[in-house]
This record gives sequence, C-alpha cells and structure tokens, in this order.
Amino acid sequence: MHSLLAVVIPYWGQSLLRVLGGLVAVLLPAGTIVYVFLFKMMSFMQSRLGPMEAGPYGSMQLFAEVGKWLQKEDIQPDNADKRIFRMAPIIVLMSTFLLVAVVPFGPDAWFTNFETGVFYALAVSSISVLGILMAGWSSANKYSLLGGLRAAGQLIAYELPMVLAVMGVVIQAGTMNLQQIVLAQNAGSIFGTDIVGNPYVLTQFVGFVVFMIAVQAELTQAPFDMPIAESELVSGYMTEYSGFRFLIFFIGEFATAGVFAMIASTLFLGGWGVPFSWFGWTSMDSVANWMNVAGPLIVFTKMMVLVFLIMWIRFSYPRFREDQLQRFAWKVLIPISLANIMVTAVLKVAF
Amino acid sequence: MVAQNIGFAIIATIMVIAAIRVVTTSNVVHAALWLVVVLAGVAAQYILLAAEFVAVTQVLVYIGAVMVLFLFGTMLTRSRIGVNSGLNNRYSNLGIPVAMVLFAAMSLALADSFGTEKLPSDGSLVTTQQISDQIFGRYLLPFWALSFVLLAAVIGAIVLARKD
Repeated sequence: MHSLLAVVIPYWGQSLLRVLGGLVAVLLPAGTIVYVFLFKMMSFMQSRLGPMEAGPYGSMQLFAEVGKWLQKEDIQPDNADKRIFRMAPIIVLMSTFLLVAVVPFGPDAWFTNFETGVFYALAVSSISVLGILMAGWSSANKYSLLGGLRAAGQLIAYELPMVLAVMGVVIQAGTMNLQQIVLAQNAGSIFGTDIVGNPYVLTQFVGFVVFMIAVQAELTQAPFDMPIAESELVSGYMTEYSGFRFLIFFIGEFATAGVFAMIASTLFLGGWGVPFSWFGWTSMDSVANWMNVAGPLIVFTKMMVLVFLIMWIRFSYPRFREDQLQRFAWKVLIPISLANIMVTAVLKVAF
Repeated sequence: MVAQNIGFAIIATIMVIAAIRVVTTSNVVHAALWLVVVLAGVAAQYILLAAEFVAVTQVLVYIGAVMVLFLFGTMLTRSRIGVNSGLNNRYSNLGIPVAMVLFAAMSLALADSFGTEKLPSDGSLVTTQQISDQIFGRYLLPFWALSFVLLAAVIGAIVLARKD
C-alpha cells in the first residue's frame, strides 16, 4: 500500500486506511453472508421467499434487524458475573478482527505481512474459545455452561485437524507467509502446465476437505452445532444474551465464517491472484498495480463460493451427536491429515 | 529504542498488576482470566523483541490451549460465581519470600550473563527457518527427548482415564 495507484500515502494515512479496511473486510462479508445465504438461500432451499418487505427484494432487512437489536433492552441476569458477561462477546469479535489482519488482498494491499501468517491465523482463531467459555460460565445458567463446555471441547478437537491440514500447504509452498503462498500458487505449475497456476485445492485436495470440515466445526455451524443446539440447549452460551450483545455474537459468527473462507481461499484457491501466466507476470514485483483494486474483489468472490459451500452443508445436514462429533475429529480427520502430511512431505522431497 | 522502552514499560506494568491479581482475586475463574492477561503480555513482549514466531507460539499454546483447558477443568469442577472462600491455605504467605528469592536469583543470573549485551541494531532478525534449522539440526536430540516426555504424559493420561 506504499504506492497504491501511484499515490504515496504517509504512514499515519496507511495505518488509518488499514484500520478502515479491516472494518470493511469484517463487516461487509458478514452483512452479505447474512443476507444472501441466511435470509435468501436458506429460504429458497426451504421453498419460501424469505424477507421480501424491507426494501427491494428484502435487501434492507438486515438494517431493520440491526436496528431492532440495538434498541432492545440490555438484559444481564441477576446472578451473572457482570464484568465477564459484558467482556465475552467483545473477545469473540476481537478474535475475528485479529484474524483478518493477515489476509492479503493484493500485491500491496495487505494489513500486516507476517512472516508466520498461517501460524498466526491459527493461533488467534483459538482466542474465540476463551470468549465462548467466558460467556457460558458468566451467564450463571446451566444450559449456557453446558453449551460453553461443549463449544470448548469441540473447538479444541477440531483445531488439531485444521492445523495439520494447513501443514500440507505450508510444506508444498515452503513458507508460512500468506503472501508467498499466494505467489507460489499463481506462479506455480502442475507438471509443467501453468494454465491455471497451481491452486492447492488440486494438489492438496485432502487437506482442503479436512480444512473445510474443521472450519465448519470451528464456526459451530450445523452439522457441528452441538454447542448451540437450539432444541436442547436453547442456543447454549448465547442463551442469556440479548440486544446488542447478542448482535456482537451474531456478527462474530458470520464475520468469522467470512474470514475463515478468505483464509481458505488464500491457502487453497490462490487468494487474490489470477494465474500469473495469463498476464506474463513472473514475480511479485511484476504484478500490475490494478491488482490492488481487483484483488479484494477476487478474494471476495472466492470467499462467497466457499461460504456457499459452508452454508449449503449447514442447511442440508442434521446435527451430529456429541460422541460422533468427537470420534469424527480424533479418529477420522486427524489420522487422515497426518497421512496427508506424510505423503506431501515424501512427494515434496521426491519431486 | 525509546518507543520500545515505553512499550515495554506499559506492557510490563499491566503484566505485574495482572500477576498480582491472579493470586489475590477471590474467584478461581477470575484468577485464570488474569493469568490469560499475563500470558498475553508475554506474547506482546516477544513481539517487541521482534520474535514473531515465539510470540505466536505463546498465543497458540498458552492462551489457545493451556488456558482453555484450565478454564474448562475449573468450570467443570468448581465453577461457582462470586467469592470463593478457602482458596488460600495457611501456607500461602510463604509464597511471598519464595517469590522474592526467585526474583532475586533470576535477576542476578540475567544481569550476570546478559548485562551488557544488546540486540543487533541492524534489524537482522532470526527467521522461522533458522529456528527450525536449529531445532531439527543442532538440538535434535533434546527435541526428541522432550517429545518422549510428552508421549509418556499422553500415555499416562490414557491409562488414568481408561476404566477397564
């Protein structure tokens, strides 16, 4: 972002742009996902129209909902641990904002260019577990506590296959920097053909599947929604939350879905890039400046495709039982991803 | 270096206050959450030292795993809200002199061995690759020994948890 479109921006301006960009990169996908998938796609899958009244085709429904939540009374249970109760949703949302900080959106359009980007993303995504545990415990409600404990158990279990699935990508790219991973995919080639570059969804398909399943579980979307099972736990750790505190959890849920999809598209679908061979680019420096504008749109498109997958599965499958859920993580996903790492490492050395 | 020193002072103050609250607060879960603040402060200090990989590892291992398991266990067993009584046993004051002695010993050891050393000012950083080269090259044997310790702990946990 030093010379975005040949305009030199001072350091404070860059920082301001990054903060604003972070807000946009979290809130815009969250709003789009809620409207397109939660309101419309789910309705169509259930043979109904969904919201139609607010705005053309119901497109203003989201603003109506946000307005409703904001003017609701902020209820805190009498026995709750009030300070922790108020802090919990903010920690969940903070984890999302920390997560978006490493997603690259263009050759110069990034928030931070961490050398250990992937590792950082996996680390900060685990902070949200703390917020969920705090919410569940401080509500002074046994359903909330059960939901919080289930969520923690599930998130710990599925974090492992997620880390291990990413390992294959890191081995193949030879770096943990997300920008370098994007470069490796778009400048790479599969057995000499570079017509589509080398998106790792092709060469790391097992890793991609494991990663997406783990993301589904990390987001506690059905079929992995045991922690917030509305029919038995009345939304688990969120039971006691109302008004804007619930809104923060709600935004957090869908913003995290968007950010995880962005990270998945960066790791497996080539991120902001198009195959460099199309335009004759060879390295990061030769990429044209307009990619700083086109890049975010490309990431957004890929994100929508992946979130569509997540939501499709969410609306299609019934809930796992708690023991099935844990067994699936420990006895299926982890062995598969460990085998994937071994095969990838052997092939990496062989070729 | 001035900016880093100010940053260090702010983070260190927060860490000291949080560390004191860990042992003085009257609620187990609050103590664990204050401990999270201390550990996050450690990660921030690593970032100030440009030790990115260590900082991220600190967050992943201590905040993301150890503290979550800690809270998980505490909430499953003694998760009362409000003031818990009887958290301190009668030897708790003994901890103060022990902590003093430990602090003195560690300060002496650090000042003695690194007292005059400075970070390289040319901004040359230790990359993740160098760290891994060291771990899987020069320090491979201690690394293996450590992993056997962990393996023993895992097997021990399984043996304890199995009913048959």
